[in-house]
Amino acid sequence: MDRWEHVMTAGREPDIAAGRLAPEDYKTNFGDLHPPLDKHQAFVEADRCYFCHDAPCITACPTGIDIPMFIREIQTDNPKGAAETIFSQNILGGMCARVCPTEVLCEQACVREAAEGKPVRIGELQRYATDVLMEEEAHPFTRQPSTGKVVAVVGGGPAGLSCAHRLAMHGHDVTIYDGREKIGGLNEYGIAAYKTVDDFAQDEVNFILSIGGITIETGQQLGRDITLAELRERFDAVFLGLGLAGVNAVELPHDPFSGADDAIDYIAELRQADDLDALPIGRRVVVVGGGMTAIDQASQSKRLGAEDVTIVYRRDEDRMGASDRARELAQTDGVNIKYNAQPKRLIDTKGHVSGIEFEYTDERGGALMGTGETFVLEADMVFWAVGQNFVLSPADGEAIKTSQGRIAVDQERRTNLLDVWAGGDCIAGGEDLTVVAVEDGKIAAESINRVLSA
Amino acid sequence: MADLRSSFAGIKSPNPFWLASAPPTDKEYNVVRAFKAGWGGVVWKTLGEDPPIVNVAGPRYGGVHAGDRRLIGLSNTELITDRPLPINLEEIKRVKRDWPDRALVVSLMVPCEEPSWKAILSAVEETEADGIELNFGCPHGMSERGMGAAVGQVPEYIEMVARWCKAATRMPVIVKLTPNITDIRYPARAAKAGGADAVSLVNTVNSITSVDLDHFAPEPSIDGKGVHGGYSGPAIRPIALSMVSEIARDPETQAYPISGIGGISTWRDAAEFLALGAGNIQVCTAAMTYGFRIVEEMISGLDHYLDEKGFSSVDELVGRAIPNTTDWQYLNLNHVTKARIDQDLCIECGRCHIVCEDTSHQAITATKNGRRHFEVVDAECVGCNLCVNVCPVENCITMEQLSSGADPQSGAPTTGYLNWTQHKNNPMAKRTEPAE
Repeated sequence: MDRWEHVMTAGREPDIAAGRLAPEDYKTNFGDLHPPLDKHQAFVEADRCYFCHDAPCITACPTGIDIPMFIREIQTDNPKGAAETIFSQNILGGMCARVCPTEVLCEQACVREAAEGKPVRIGELQRYATDVLMEEEAHPFTRQPSTGKVVAVVGGGPAGLSCAHRLAMHGHDVTIYDGREKIGGLNEYGIAAYKTVDDFAQDEVNFILSIGGITIETGQQLGRDITLAELRERFDAVFLGLGLAGVNAVELPHDPFSGADDAIDYIAELRQADDLDALPIGRRVVVVGGGMTAIDQASQSKRLGAEDVTIVYRRDEDRMGASDRARELAQTDGVNIKYNAQPKRLIDTKGHVSGIEFEYTDERGGALMGTGETFVLEADMVFWAVGQNFVLSPADGEAIKTSQGRIAVDQERRTNLLDVWAGGDCIAGGEDLTVVAVEDGKIAAESINRVLSA
Repeated sequence: MADLRSSFAGIKSPNPFWLASAPPTDKEYNVVRAFKAGWGGVVWKTLGEDPPIVNVAGPRYGGVHAGDRRLIGLSNTELITDRPLPINLEEIKRVKRDWPDRALVVSLMVPCEEPSWKAILSAVEETEADGIELNFGCPHGMSERGMGAAVGQVPEYIEMVARWCKAATRMPVIVKLTPNITDIRYPARAAKAGGADAVSLVNTVNSITSVDLDHFAPEPSIDGKGVHGGYSGPAIRPIALSMVSEIARDPETQAYPISGIGGISTWRDAAEFLALGAGNIQVCTAAMTYGFRIVEEMISGLDHYLDEKGFSSVDELVGRAIPNTTDWQYLNLNHVTKARIDQDLCIECGRCHIVCEDTSHQAITATKNGRRHFEVVDAECVGCNLCVNVCPVENCITMEQLSSGADPQSGAPTTGYLNWTQHKNNPMAKRTEPAE
């Protein structure tokens, strides 16, 4: 018998329970991570902007939002004008204000970061302005008269929504197909709950759809319910915003058992849960991985009341995909992060995971090697968060060209098929950010419009 | 979407935002950039007779800064154009041809002799510019030569030159007024009497922005010497607003077109000038502080404001505040207000207390029940509003009207209407007629 099993388990049942916290704690833990700025705070913060020429923040923003202008519009008490400035470049400016890693984008480029180490709080100002306008009934943009052209958008995530909205603005009729029950993609199913509270993802979807001219078909998955060939037949153009459906796996030797799952599945369940106190979480949780998903899973586990949460990443700190700010958040939540260790073996007791053995790693000559030194962490739940990948086959695998495992596109986001465009996480060369997906959708829409108007 | 199109003294532009005559409107290069940025019109930097004047080859600007080095006042010793007249005229003609929908007015300053004005007017007419603006405002340089403010401070000269110009051209004539004068109504009346189509105000205010305390010269200095300059920017906006309102209220210049100038930086500044009677506005210092893109904020802001108010065009805003602009002696002495501090917004800095205690009426507490707490004492508060203006948090202190009983501070009534002309303490009081 393995000596670790003997020491750890001794007939212990896995400690997995719901309702570990008092009801008000769930509200606190899953409330707004960054409470919105009130008017006074917004004015004080907006006042710090220098209204730079050819501002570095605009260059740093993947959607090229005219940041100094929208901040000036907040300063002059014209928040709706500010929101229009934002939405004209990024129709998902509301969600981006909540989830964008501004600390490595616009706020990092801000000249006040260079001057005093204290950038203007651009993300929070963006939320302030977009919140004001989204309270309104009226959509800020007007649809052009109908062109009679029809476009299919596959995937109702940020890339698809952005593309659909811009096409609808130009007067085309758009149908969004999505395999899930609700559209919104990762905004609805993946972003950490405390970043998007009060069903904001769906509010934003409704806001976007209110331009008119967009039909939604949910429960329609490419490959299963519809094919690319038939879409190309029925529509004048197709946009693929498929995201990353595949989940990277960690192959480990073990007997069949439960308790080790993909983090993205648990996060999706958490996002859709009506009552967080009904969601079971282990007392001891281990998360394998080093990106934002790992951080989100770990933080949310702690916030559900797990006692010990550890992230184990196979490389060292500098190589972690998660941003500094995300890592600090997790650590403030009490998550322990261990570096330079990779999973070696899962340990189970009576068919359920009870621990996970890791081996320390070392990078030699560019390759990651085990050092031979191991340790074991007790775990009632293990989550894999080692990345997602693109699954090509639903998108007519033979015909579409790929590059490094994702769809290859040109500068206008056009694939090798002249009536098919693509954007978001499913295309090669992207940064897997919501804001980049929005830009892809917008560029593709302008390109499709150009082609359809020719 | 409100209609921002403007027609001022018969001159049309797509919006009421013009640039004033100054370095930003010196050359074709600048003006074309301005039009590309969206400005509705420009007044070309003042042309004069050749040979052109020369500017100093060194600092021409002094500044006054608020916190974080925010520029709130700019003083300049810049003169009129230092480029030859033919080059300017050629550029004006070309720009007007290329931008037909934008207003292009030419500012002029020549010696106070009719032939000089006739000659330059005929040259400007040939450019097909939309109008001329007579520069009677430069407080430095030119006034030392009998031009600029030397004319603007003498109403008779204004009327005379305006008359010469109206006789010599069919173009609309705008007279730009200097604020360095006691009563702005006299120059405005003179411009109108001379037949001018409109006035624009204000030009710059005499100023020295700072003194070098090591070399003992005003700044900026050239070769160790400093001079007074012309002050502009947000710091002078209140002076300009008051002068615009004086002209708009004056029965002799009622509805006389006024182009508002003076520290306009945002849509709100512009709207305030319009509300006090300006038909359009001109900007300079804000553009010289932030660049031409500021016009985008102005357009967006004014548009949203007009929509919110249900105004379909700018004209509906012009002069709307004039009926409510009166003289001090007619203010209602029975309208009593007291300051109210919102304890939820108060950050307890204590500034309201100390300014009231040291310099005013000792009407704000510093403590209550032994703890730091700031609250207004009605029996001492005269409603002066000083605390509202020094408080760093917007809307933390507001004024509340007392609507019944007597004022606890003065014992005076709080209802009805009584002004100084009727008050018993006024030896010149007019008694009200007894009721029939």
